[in-house]
Amino acid sequence: MILDEETLELRDMVREFVDNEIIPKAPEYEKNNEFPAEILDRAINEMELGCLCQPEEYGGAGLSNVAFLVLSEEIARGDLGIATTLFGNCLATYPVLIGGNDEQKKLWFDTLAEKKYAAFCLTEPNAGSDAGGVQTTAVADGDDYIINGTKCFISNGGLAGIYTVLAVTEPGKGVLGLSAFIVERDREGVSIGKEEDKMGMRLSNTAEVIFDHVRVPKDHMLGKKNRGFKIIMDTLDHSRAGVGAFGVGIAQRALEEATKYAKQRVQFGQPVANFQAVQHILADMAIEIECSRQAYLYAGELIDAGLPYKMESAIAKTKGSDTAMKCAIDGLQVLGGYGYMKDYPLEKLVRDAKILQIYEGTNQIQRGVIAGCLMKKYK
Amino acid sequence: MNILVCIKQVPDTTSIKIDPVKHTLIRAGVPSIVNPYDGYALEMAARIKDKTGGKITALSMGPEMAKDALKECISVGADEAFLVSDRVFGGSDTLATSCIIATAIKLLEERNGAPFDLIFCGKQAIDGDTGQVGPELSEQLSRPLITYAFESEVCDGAIKVRRENDEGYDIVTARFPAVITVEKTPYEPRYPSIKSKMAARKAVIPTLTSEDVIVDEGRRGLKGSPTKVKSTYTAEIQKNGQTISDVEGAVAGNMIVELLYNDGVLK
Repeated sequence: MILDEETLELRDMVREFVDNEIIPKAPEYEKNNEFPAEILDRAINEMELGCLCQPEEYGGAGLSNVAFLVLSEEIARGDLGIATTLFGNCLATYPVLIGGNDEQKKLWFDTLAEKKYAAFCLTEPNAGSDAGGVQTTAVADGDDYIINGTKCFISNGGLAGIYTVLAVTEPGKGVLGLSAFIVERDREGVSIGKEEDKMGMRLSNTAEVIFDHVRVPKDHMLGKKNRGFKIIMDTLDHSRAGVGAFGVGIAQRALEEATKYAKQRVQFGQPVANFQAVQHILADMAIEIECSRQAYLYAGELIDAGLPYKMESAIAKTKGSDTAMKCAIDGLQVLGGYGYMKDYPLEKLVRDAKILQIYEGTNQIQRGVIAGCLMKKYK
Repeated sequence: MNILVCIKQVPDTTSIKIDPVKHTLIRAGVPSIVNPYDGYALEMAARIKDKTGGKITALSMGPEMAKDALKECISVGADEAFLVSDRVFGGSDTLATSCIIATAIKLLEERNGAPFDLIFCGKQAIDGDTGQVGPELSEQLSRPLITYAFESEVCDGAIKVRRENDEGYDIVTARFPAVITVEKTPYEPRYPSIKSKMAARKAVIPTLTSEDVIVDEGRRGLKGSPTKVKSTYTAEIQKNGQTISDVEGAVAGNMIVELLYNDGVLK
């Protein structure tokens, strides 16, 4: 698809921010193992990139999904950790947009405006790909629910001021016994456990979130009782295209870095970019990137048009994340020994890319989703 | 607070080349930007507005495409913008330009029913580099002028400014209404937000023509411009310096000091 002028202008504006404020500054934060608070403050307070899926009626920009995805690619091109932090807010917000009522949405966006970060709490030690294995419970008690359980690998877990949480409200019924809740960080019994030391995506916060007898009013339940699984699955269908866009961002960065390097690195008396062996690596990267970009844009267009997008979103995620992995590795190869060193960004791109094949549904689960859609389509 | 910021759309001189034969700027394919010093001026105004509230109006003179620059200003702090544009204003030098802009400012003030408390300009535009329009405006409007400001604060109907001089800085205060020209500030201009960018795209920028901004024929365009450009040329870079190498640092240092004594630079 061809992007409209508004989307292109927004992309250029975010690209300028990424080129000036993220790409030159992120490596120092990563080296010092420091959270990039200053970069994120500017991204959230100045550019209002904190929750790009926020609808206009709740104070947001009301971006199209296509524009949202294009900006996701740009930010991931700068740094995946920062992208994951910013879009972690959206991932946490989707269940509220999908299942929440007007008051819940107001509560959500008011809290987010004040606290800046939100987190989506689905994964547990025994519930990863198998979301139905959730063991966190929510038991009715008068006008409240009492939530007990531990969520792990939660993006923004340690930063968030508000969470969306999936918990069992009717034991023994599997996915049909799960409900989704809004839980504020400052409720008694909410605490942060282990903060993870990750291979990549180092500038993001990933933590355990513990709910110990946390009392929430019944009006904090999103949608109907025992219908939470559907809200969460719809959330993931929606957000997956964004992971595809992240992948394209990483792959694009790898292509830019590898091409620039190949043009200035001289071996055998000429730039290595003159050699067909190198040119073909770069061309193959460009082929993968463009196809993957069109895949996420198509998913975004379907969402904007109100058409079914489950399969296309899973395709965009799988293709985009595989492309990130391949291009990061191949881009590194173009840099040879230098690519393996931390002086160049390629090794970081490889470490970052890997998570995209894992989070928000592994690529194996995605293929299951795609196959499921095929089985329904061709009866 | 009612603030006016004058801005100019200029070619991005970091990507401009000079025609080696004609000695003129090759403008084709060069992106147009808001003159960077005007960007600092707008940011200074926006920081004042953040504290005191009020309104910022951006004003420019130029062709229709200068509206893009004004839209950019709206995305980073300006509330409204006007473009002064008319064929008969074409070819104006700094004197004619300042006369036209001063007249446009008076028109806007008449419409507002009050003078602007502050008028900000960049210290100079990076294409012409004259630095004349701001001071000329203050003269045409008979208002106090502070040039080369890099920091400012506002209190009790006055602005206190730090301005650069050759040795350091002066602190100068002027009562409203005043004209301030702005140097590079210690802070960078803000980025637009997604929402402000989207709103700026939709902003309608009125054009003020020679029917609105009434200036005598002898004071506008080529006729009103006493400046005549006799020739332009590219400065040649001459390397007159001496290079001292192949000796140790301490020895080289002494040699340099001796050379500077001999030339009378050191006494």
